Formats: sequence, structure tokens, C-alpha cells
Amino acid sequence: MSILKQRAIRLANSSYVQKDALPSRFKPGRQGGNYTPAIASYIGLSAISLSGFFIALLVNLFFRQTAEADINTYPLGSSISLTADEAYRFVLAVLILIYGVAAVYSFWREERRKQFLSRVPFRFVIGLALSLWDILGTKLLLLPQPFFPGPSRIIESFLMEGDYILQNTLYSLRLFTVGFTLGVAFGVGTGILIGWFPKIYYWVYPVLKITGVIPAVAWMPFALTLLPTPFWAAAFLIVICAWFPVAFLTAQGIASTPKINFEVAQTLGAKTPYLVLHVAIPHAMPQIFTGISSANGFAFTTLVMSEMLGQPGGLGYYINASKVWSAYYKVFAAIIVMAVLFSAIMKVIGAIQSRVLRWQRGLVK
Amino acid sequence: MSRDILFEIEAVDRTYVDANDNMVEALKNINLSINKGEFISIIGPSGCGKTTLLRLLAGLDVPESGKIRLSGEEIGGPDPTRGYVFQQSSLFPWLTVEKNIASGLMARGVYKQRKDEIAGYIKLIGLNGFEKTYPHQISGGMAQRVAIARALINHPVALLMDEPMGALDAFTRADLQDKLLELWRENDTTMILVTHDVDEALYLSDRVVIMSPRPGRISEVLNISLSRPRQRSSADFTALRNSILEKLHLVSEIQQPEYTI
Repeated sequence: MSILKQRAIRLANSSYVQKDALPSRFKPGRQGGNYTPAIASYIGLSAISLSGFFIALLVNLFFRQTAEADINTYPLGSSISLTADEAYRFVLAVLILIYGVAAVYSFWREERRKQFLSRVPFRFVIGLALSLWDILGTKLLLLPQPFFPGPSRIIESFLMEGDYILQNTLYSLRLFTVGFTLGVAFGVGTGILIGWFPKIYYWVYPVLKITGVIPAVAWMPFALTLLPTPFWAAAFLIVICAWFPVAFLTAQGIASTPKINFEVAQTLGAKTPYLVLHVAIPHAMPQIFTGISSANGFAFTTLVMSEMLGQPGGLGYYINASKVWSAYYKVFAAIIVMAVLFSAIMKVIGAIQSRVLRWQRGLVK
Repeated sequence: MSRDILFEIEAVDRTYVDANDNMVEALKNINLSINKGEFISIIGPSGCGKTTLLRLLAGLDVPESGKIRLSGEEIGGPDPTRGYVFQQSSLFPWLTVEKNIASGLMARGVYKQRKDEIAGYIKLIGLNGFEKTYPHQISGGMAQRVAIARALINHPVALLMDEPMGALDAFTRADLQDKLLELWRENDTTMILVTHDVDEALYLSDRVVIMSPRPGRISEVLNISLSRPRQRSSADFTALRNSILEKLHLVSEIQQPEYTI
């Protein structure tokens, strides 16, 4: 084929990107989001979405309990009492209800419908997995015990000592909030100083680079000796581990502000405070948030580890205390609480971030 | 012309060291007076020091020797009385159009007293309805208009522009040129425009300063006495354009891609 002809063909095809050149997640299709379902199929698919949990519920109800099990009844309030299995079914029912409401809520808007449907296979498989886990972990007791309890056994720990779990959760939450907020505040503060003043950069930046990579829990012995209470010792460790990435990235963001931005502000009459507060800091904001998200991850790790090493409470403490009694179902319960709590915290930070960085919308993918 | 002199540039030299450690004489013995209220363009091939000269006038750079006076007083650092429009888009990406214009006031701490004027400037540059959009959502021409409004809101005595239309397409450029003339007429601001577009310089200016490179110096200052509004296709305009191009040694060297003819 002549070169000219090849070029002509390429030109003719160049109006859209060739599909094979795209990674699969950009291809149109059910996951790609170009798929608009009809109303009838939306209802059908929503039903499938819920049916996984429904199957799990039926399995728990009708699959014969062949393995031996203690069935304890826990009073809830004055009139109701529940067994672990009933509580598990109640949770499944709540899940069905939540997703049912979500399905109805999403029905009225096309993009919400698409979003809801994108998770249909996932929810269905989760339901099946719960059923399988229930059969293997509770009904037949085929999983090695006590390490892998069934779902109802895990829920049982909430029935047994829900108050105590809540107490420990609040302890963790308080420790995290104090440590993380202080760490981010110090991090942004020192980051601005390092990024703005060359002298501070010269003296502090190397120290930051060297000490920052040390896992914060390594300082635990010092923290416990030097600080008055275990709470503040752990808070101190969280401060350190959050401080490092935030300070590092803030400094980078400040230092990388293009000269033209400062010159523009100067020709408009700006003095140093304006240059720092309204030019350098807004420019650094995306990087500050990158620092905050990685600090977030470090802070979770440090939180749980320091709780395991010597705190009078908290989810890490609860895991440790339960492990001593081989109460692995309680360990799982604590893990589930952590998963929910940490996801919620990340959601909150994500919401703040997208609010502060709303100017980036459409600019960055 | 019997108008007052605004800028006096007297025997200004500026040398800098380039990336290869060579001394470059960006400006050598520059003498120029700029009158109050005039529209003056500085034109020349790249490397002739026209941007350096403009930065000196803005106070973003300091001359090595020589003096630059504004209304008789030697200029210090950058100041809002000399508005500056940069070559590339220089809007703050984290501020909306409205807030970018407001930043002209905020930078000086006079936002509270004068925030009512912002709407007027948005109207002046014809960006009504775009107040809440962010710079990346508007076109390059709109962005430059916002940059001009942001400089003008401080009521500068002079507006210094460094190839503000260099990156724009021909239609947007013609449009913005007319807008600029309109703003000039309404505000009585002295306009100093650096450009490499001969047409643009001729269309807009009272005077055209032609600079030559290595070392950067002024080779000629032309008075443009064409009546306004100017017609780009008129015989006088074309004749002037050709003579300027000739002066830039361009008519014989058509391959030079630097100039938009």
C-alpha cells in the first residue's frame, strides 16, 4: 500500500481514538458506563443485586445446623432477645432494605441508575460468599476453629459486648482525631516554613528526610517514658507519622510555585503575606492533600499498632485482649469496625478535598 | 506632541548570564521617553531584549546601569500603578474569573472598599456569565482579557503587555485588539505593548519602537500617523507595513518564521 493511501486511511480513522488502543476500563460496555438499561431490565438487575443477600438469609434459615453449637440468647432491651443467627439474619435484612431503598432512590436519575447497576455483580457475589461462609463456618464447621468463625459468630460479639466495642471504638476515634489533626497542622506549618525560607529548608529538610522514613512506632519507648499518659504517648506517635508526609509534600508544593504566579501578584501590589497565603499555599494545596491522604494511611497503622503495644483501650487493644482468650470472632468484629471506621474517615477527608480542590475539576482526571 | 512624559529611560544596560554561562547583552544603552496616554509598541526579532525592557519598566527586573523614571521618580519594585499582562496565561488556576479580577484588589488590601467595581470590569471585557468559571474552562482569548481586567482594576497609569496575543488565533487576536483600543480610549491609560506582529503594532500604536538584537538596542522609533480606526488593507497601512518589514530586514528573508505578516 502506498504511504499516501495509508495516511488517508489513518486520517479517516482519526476522528475517534481507536478502541484497541484504550485500556479496557475506558471501553464502552457495562463497566464503561455507556450502557443505558431499560426500566424493566433495571428492575430485574436490582432484584439480582438484592437476591445474593436474600440467598444468604435463606441459607441461614433453612440449611441444617449439623455441627454442634451453643445457642445463646442475648437480651436486647427489656422485651426483645436475639440469638446470634437471628442477629445475622437481621443484618442481612437491613442490607437488603438499604440496597432496596438505594435502588428505588437511584431509579429516578439515569446516572444514579448506572452507578447502582455497576455494582450488581459485586453485591450478588458478596451475598453468595456470605452463604458459603455461613455453611462452612457455622453450619458444617468445616473451617478450622476457632480461627475462622462464621458470620453469625462474629455478629455475636456485638451482641455480647457491643457497649464495650463501642467504647473502644470511641477511644480509637479520639486518639486518631487528636493525633491526626495535630500532625496535619504541624505538617502544613513546617512545610510552609521549609518551602518558603531557604535557611529553614537548609537546616530542617535533611532532618525531615532522615527521620521521616523511620516508622513512628519505633519511638514508642521514648514516647511512653517522656509523655505523661499512654494516650498522649500514642497521640505523639500519630502526630509524628502524619507530620512527615504532610510537611514533605507541603514544602514541595510551596517551593514549586511558578515564579510567574509571584510576579503577577507583585505587579498587582502584593506583599509577602499575600504571596504566601494567596499564591504559594493555594498552589501547594493539591500536594498538601496528597500528603494528607498518605498521612491518613500511616496514621491508621500507627494507631492500631500503638494501641496493641500499650494503651488502656482502643480497637487495637481490644484485638490484643481478645486474642489472649482465643476469641478470634471478636478479633474479626474489631477488624470489621476498623474497616467501616477508616473508610468513613477517608470519605470525610475525600469530601473535604474535593470541596477545597473544586477548581481542579475537569483539569485533572 | 506636547503631552507630558511618563517614562524616561536613560542609558539603560542589562546583561545576564545564559544557560551556557555566556554573557548576553540583553539591552545596551537604551534611551526612550514614553508619553502619558500614548499607545506604544515595541517590536523586534526574538532576543532583542524587548521583554527585558518591559520587565524593567514593571520593576520585575533592575537595570545594571542607567535610570528609569516614572513621572520624574526612579522606579523601585513592581507596583500596581504599572499593570502587567504576561505572555502566557497567568491567571491563578484556583480562582474563578471573578476572583481572579478581584485578586487585583485583594493583593493591595482594598477588596472590601472596591469590590462593587468588579462587575463593571467583567462587563467591560465582555465576560458576563463567566464569573464563576475557572481559568481552565475558558478560552485563551478570554483568559487574556481577564488578565487585562485584573491589571486595569488597579487603575494603572500604564499597562505593560508582553505579547498578550501571541498564543491566540487570528480571529481572537483581531477581536482582542479592538477590545484593547476600546479600553485605551475609555481609560486614558498609557499602553506599552511588546509584540512580534508588525500588523498588530501598526493597527494599535501611536509609535512603534523597532529593536535589534545582540546587543539589544533601539534601532528606530516611528510615529504612526494613520487616522483611526485603521484599515489593515488600506494602501497607507500596507506601505507602512512593508517599510517596517524592510527595516526588520524581513522582506528579503521570507523564511524567518518569527513574524506574522
